[in-house]
Amino acid sequence: MSDKEKSLQKREQETMNAVERTRSQKVFVPLVDISEKDDAIYLTADMPGIDEQSVDITLEKNVLTLEGRVDSTPPEGYELSYMEYETGDFQRSFTLSDEIDRERIEAHVKDGVLQVVLPKAEPAKARRIEVKVG
Amino acid sequence: MLYIDPFRTFQVEREFDRMQREMGRLFSGMRPMGAARYPAVNIWSRDDEARVTAELPGYSIDDLNISVHNKTLTLSGKRRNERQENETLHRNERKPDEFQRIVHLPFAVDTDKVGARYEKGILTVTLPRQETDKPKKIEIGS
Repeated sequence: MSDKEKSLQKREQETMNAVERTRSQKVFVPLVDISEKDDAIYLTADMPGIDEQSVDITLEKNVLTLEGRVDSTPPEGYELSYMEYETGDFQRSFTLSDEIDRERIEAHVKDGVLQVVLPKAEPAKARRIEVKVG
Repeated sequence: MLYIDPFRTFQVEREFDRMQREMGRLFSGMRPMGAARYPAVNIWSRDDEARVTAELPGYSIDDLNISVHNKTLTLSGKRRNERQENETLHRNERKPDEFQRIVHLPFAVDTDKVGARYEKGILTVTLPRQETDKPKKIEIGS
């Protein structure tokens, strides 16, 4: 299988996960683009089937986790006659560096794409320590 | 004198064939259907209608083209390039930006009644079956 084919497939999450989920759906790893500008890092994740209500972003310590719940109820009265992709939830975690300003993280969802803006923190100002005579 | 055993060569060849067969068997089941095709589609159907769904996150309805001809559905589209000049790309997994996909349908479609919906990054195309193509009940005479 070529690299191109691999990248087009939906990747299922490893089952060797320390934390078990309560939902019985399959979990997929969303494909992401990460880009950087002078003031922020932009994380864009393809999560078809999610909207602003069904996505959760959590930051615990320095781990940013994206989670999207997808409704996989089959359309009523129809039968699946041909299948190339499976549906399920999305989940993926990233480790953040200290240079991110945690208070100002923002996220938007549009057309099944989640974008997280991670603003860079102001560079720590050099502090001059005065030496007193004494 | 160099003596080449003709049976030995034959055996090596046979062994090689066997290995090749075995490798082929090993990998044959690993390739999911249509892995290289983008986007992947699912087809839902009932007697009078089929619904083709595809995961196409980040497109807008204006950038997606849908055309139907008899039993063939063609989907194509282009994702808007959001890249900016002063941007450094660290990771680029989302792709491709442009695609064309041809889907063969199980029946002829009434092209005037085709509908499409794009919601949360999922495209759903509703394809009603052509009246003349619908199955007819045949009465059994007594």
